[in-house]
Amino acid sequence: MFYHLTILMIIYSITCIGLNIVVGYTGFFSFARAAFFGIGAYTSALLVMSGVPFLIAIIAGGILAAIFGWILGLITVEMTGDYFALATFAFAEMTRQVFINWTGLTRGPLGLPGIPRPEIFGFRFSTNQAYLFLYIILLILVLIITEMYVKSPFGRLLKTIREDETAAQSLGKNIAKTKNISIAMGAFFGGVGGALYAHYITYIDPSAFVLHITIFFLIIVIAGGMGNNYGTILGAVMLVLVRELPRYLGLSPAFAASLQQMVYSSILVILMLVRPRGLLGERKLLSEQSSEEGGQIRNA
Amino acid sequence: MDYYSQVILNSIITGGIYGLIAVGYSMIYSILRFVNFSHGFVAMMGMYFTYALSVQLQLPFFIAAAGGIVLTALLGMIIERVAYRPLRFSFYLAPLVAVVGVAFFLESVALMVWGGGILSYDIRTISYKFLGLYITNVQIGILITLLLSVILLYYLIEKTTIGQAIRATADDIKMASLVGINSNRIVVIVFMLGSALAAVGGTFLGLETNLQPTIGLSVTAKSFAAVILGGFGNIYGGLVGGLVLGFAENLGVTVLPTVWKDFIAFGVLFIVIYFKPSGLLAKRQERGGRYR
Repeated sequence: MFYHLTILMIIYSITCIGLNIVVGYTGFFSFARAAFFGIGAYTSALLVMSGVPFLIAIIAGGILAAIFGWILGLITVEMTGDYFALATFAFAEMTRQVFINWTGLTRGPLGLPGIPRPEIFGFRFSTNQAYLFLYIILLILVLIITEMYVKSPFGRLLKTIREDETAAQSLGKNIAKTKNISIAMGAFFGGVGGALYAHYITYIDPSAFVLHITIFFLIIVIAGGMGNNYGTILGAVMLVLVRELPRYLGLSPAFAASLQQMVYSSILVILMLVRPRGLLGERKLLSEQSSEEGGQIRNA
Repeated sequence: MDYYSQVILNSIITGGIYGLIAVGYSMIYSILRFVNFSHGFVAMMGMYFTYALSVQLQLPFFIAAAGGIVLTALLGMIIERVAYRPLRFSFYLAPLVAVVGVAFFLESVALMVWGGGILSYDIRTISYKFLGLYITNVQIGILITLLLSVILLYYLIEKTTIGQAIRATADDIKMASLVGINSNRIVVIVFMLGSALAAVGGTFLGLETNLQPTIGLSVTAKSFAAVILGGFGNIYGGLVGGLVLGFAENLGVTVLPTVWKDFIAFGVLFIVIYFKPSGLLAKRQERGGRYR
């Protein structure tokens, strides 16, 4: 149970660090996470099942997700706020419909059973301990790459876009390209996370990639604090506990499922009321006064 | 020919239902520029409130439906009070995130109380043949109620003082406050009115198809698509957009296999956001969300 929960926390941390780049650092509310997660999971699972080595398959899953992220970024380049959220949501639902209906490739609602466990240079990671070891290394790798990325001048540009797109533009920055790179990079980690998920659970079907899982990822990012990678990991630890523990209470599965949903949707609302920017969230760079004014203009 | 007039009749009915739900959505949006993600879930709750009163408490259907509408209006008021009002001037994503939470909370409540199975209202349908078209007594009822609701809504918005205040607030919330309109009260009224309309639409959806707690998400998506199609800033935009969507869905299924129906619906939403973000009946050009 300890290993299971910790492995899930790591998988979700990797996925949500990717989401954090888009939502937390760049400030675009993406509802497409489940799609990238699913693309990565299906790609990697199908590749490994047809004999491609594990590491290449995982990276391929990430790259395919990144390509879709890039295309989505190109299409949504002019959209902001609600429109971006809705467009990414429509994209995610369309992707899921493809998972369901392209039965020749994905076996549709039947799902893909028997996905092999990872094997690197002849060493098969069959026990959960070995798994945990492998996934911790991957998490540290992802964390180092992302931290380097967001601390670089390019990462600072992302925050500038979040705080004031017009100001960033007036400094001669290429907003569209920056936004696109950040979405693609977020999608890459989403795909990698999906691939790791598929190889751990060893079974995937389209119902694993519904909007609920996107919401779950968003809550992890928001609860931990947008624009903070350690906050995201904290969020993943917290939310996995909230979500998985009711399973060990001996309730009926249907009741436990709706109870889980009820608990984390309440947490979401309460968190927004108490700390709209999350537990380890940053303060807005602009003064509170002008942000309030911004709120009024938005609502006017 | 007969086949297509039947499709058109069905399109009008489903489109009208979508439109009625979407009007509530577009009223809230035109005043607050706020995507009320929970709207479809509110419609779902309205559907189940009517079910609880008519099937579980054995009340006559019309009384049950009226009760369901009142309960849903109260639910709208609570949502505004709990999840929207405290966050109005907060971080710009906070209200959206909070209503997403509300939406999934409502879904889990429905799952707990009424279970995940498919239910239906206990109503006997009689089929009539009229001018070569098949129509049921339920559908006739829906059409009449739809028409009445639209007329009533038109009267309320255009002819009464409250309607005048709603229109003024939708036009410019600051200016409306300056001339002495209590904008907080208007927001509450609009939330209640929108939820009541959603309950009517939800009950109709339950009559036309069946009751499922998971319907909320697709209703939210479809009413948003309807609002975008119809045009923001126009209270009736959702109605027109709903009709367009109803036609697109029913005609699309005559060409493509039905398994792709949801793909078409979300594809239409995606295309509309891309090409016509200001909608068909837009008052003024608007694009994007953060710098309105």
